[in-house]
Amino acid sequence: MRKLLLESLLKAPLTEAPPSPDDGALAELAQSLERASRRRLGRSLAIREVDAGSCNGCELEIHALNNAFYDLERFGLKFVASPRHADVLLVTGPVTRNMREALERTYAATPDPKWVVAVGDCALDGGLFSGSYGVVGGVSAVVPVDLHIRGCPPKPNALLKGLIALVDG
Amino acid sequence: MTFLSALESKGSRVAAQRPWPRVVVDAPTWRQAVIGLAAGEATLLGLWSDGEAVHLALHAPEPPQLLITSLPCPARRFPSVAIAHPPALRLERAIYDLYGLEPEDAPDKRPWLDHGRWGMRHPLGVPEPVPAEGDTYAFHGAVGPALHQIPVGPVHAGIIEPGHFRFSCNGEAVVRLEERLGYVHKGIDGLMRGASLDRAAKLAGRTSGDSTVAYATAFAGAVEAALGLDTPPRALFLRALMGELERLANHFGDIGAICNDASFSLIHAHCGILREHVLRVADVGFGHRLMMDCVVPGGTAVDLAAAGAQAIPTLMRTIRRRFPELVELYDSSASLQNRTITTGTLKQPLARQFGAGGFVGRGSGRAFDARKLPGYPPYDDLRFEMVVRQNGDVDARVWVRIGEIAQSLALIEQILERLPPGPIRAHEDLPAPGQAREGLALVEGFRGDVLAWVRVAGNGTVAHCHLRDPSWFQWPLLEAAIEGNIVADFPLCNKSFNCSYSGHDL
Repeated sequence: MRKLLLESLLKAPLTEAPPSPDDGALAELAQSLERASRRRLGRSLAIREVDAGSCNGCELEIHALNNAFYDLERFGLKFVASPRHADVLLVTGPVTRNMREALERTYAATPDPKWVVAVGDCALDGGLFSGSYGVVGGVSAVVPVDLHIRGCPPKPNALLKGLIALVDG
Repeated sequence: MTFLSALESKGSRVAAQRPWPRVVVDAPTWRQAVIGLAAGEATLLGLWSDGEAVHLALHAPEPPQLLITSLPCPARRFPSVAIAHPPALRLERAIYDLYGLEPEDAPDKRPWLDHGRWGMRHPLGVPEPVPAEGDTYAFHGAVGPALHQIPVGPVHAGIIEPGHFRFSCNGEAVVRLEERLGYVHKGIDGLMRGASLDRAAKLAGRTSGDSTVAYATAFAGAVEAALGLDTPPRALFLRALMGELERLANHFGDIGAICNDASFSLIHAHCGILREHVLRVADVGFGHRLMMDCVVPGGTAVDLAAAGAQAIPTLMRTIRRRFPELVELYDSSASLQNRTITTGTLKQPLARQFGAGGFVGRGSGRAFDARKLPGYPPYDDLRFEMVVRQNGDVDARVWVRIGEIAQSLALIEQILERLPPGPIRAHEDLPAPGQAREGLALVEGFRGDVLAWVRVAGNGTVAHCHLRDPSWFQWPLLEAAIEGNIVADFPLCNKSFNCSYSGHDL
């Protein structure tokens, strides 16, 4: 283990340069975010991830944000275990009818001010699953959404761009 | 005469079904099949409905190896399988929820996928409108002194899928765990009806995102069997290449996450790096990190890019250089082994009875791998060993994954060496068969065997498709494996099983 730790200390970090914030995301956020509330939170946001019906593809890429290449925490963004500790809900999936109440309750449990980021094409409008008896639709059909990050699933870099726009915009 | 061939001789063969036989049987023969399953003469591979009949897929080592028995249900009921063979229980409850076909004398009549939120009962059978207010669910009790319950989920603390776990505990010890799933039910069976093959392939590839290649390969295999298509050899090799990359990425993710749940974050960090390397090579090689929509009926949608062909040998070298250090670290860290050895033990008879696939089954001595038996190309031409451990604990499931990483590396090298030239797709547009055709395929994903059954209508659309995730037979075993362990070890046990929620909930 010592060798592994020592090597990790001596070698250059794997962490890559941050991407610039997504222009589209900045435009979408400008409409929904007040500068004042952003100042109040500073440059640090706690994120609670909610899978409201996804195929798990988006979760895999959200997970990747924590690896050494993307290192999300360097931007002051970190995942927390409870909506009570969160500023941002990161919601994936078409919202299924069986998850609707859980999503509503998670949103209600998140203290104000709060933002919702919908991740993935399904979270936009239900995607491939829209029209099913088991699906309500996109995330905005259930809770207000401040930012959409597209993709099936979005690559970690696309997720980073969107999230950086949240703290930098 | 083997058990399956005896069953086969008692039914009438359906000519449209490929490559394994499907026979329509009467109720007494159906009951015989159930008794045989209960006696261990065959393994349950799947139980599903198309709204008119129920279909039971059975597996046994001797030819015909695989048999589907079908029982028409004009009275909308069928003799319960679960009454004698518990692995069928949740499948039966799902059939009733979706299609309204009632398993007679079933031991558990509670709804499973239906939470009372759809605004109707039996959406794929004869729908009955009901208010979408949500049903109350009666969890099984546990009786004894000083027991308390811990409800967990559906929203979990980590970045994982939703489901509910109800623990009954005595202090730290888990006396009973009961799962309630179905939260991510998207209605995939329903969306498949009438879908074009292209759209259906996309849906299949999003049944469980971590196994998108396995699902797309199973769906494509079933369609190709139904339509009698010859898949180009190059496409078969490319599918295997993608399948092994998917296995590598998931096994790295799982090994890291299991160690992380034992608070050993160093291995987690390094496994995360290896996983990222694999996904980047997949992106370079096939244009998508998870390789979604790369496998299609008739072949593959993309060929291996030249840059990908160059990047793979480098990836192999990186893994061979970095991974053994991590394995040695796992093997020599007493604090870690203290958490994984003898934790969450799944007994061998249960693994056998439930036909548990993947590392769950192979970690408990069940030597089954769909790549070997029934086998499918190109694996019948490639050399690899099935990794089996006997202890059934978290540690055994880690070692199966470690062993399978080495096997996948060897497979990828053979695939690259022997990758045949030629087209990657048989037809740009698949021919409409004129009359209904059916096919079944069994593909070994990283988690276990994925079953796909499809009925293609005469006009070339999907009349019905059923996708069975390996998790159907693994989730119930997690309830057994956790018994007597402490609550704090549940994440460790759960991660070592890594069952799919979305693949199960459909």
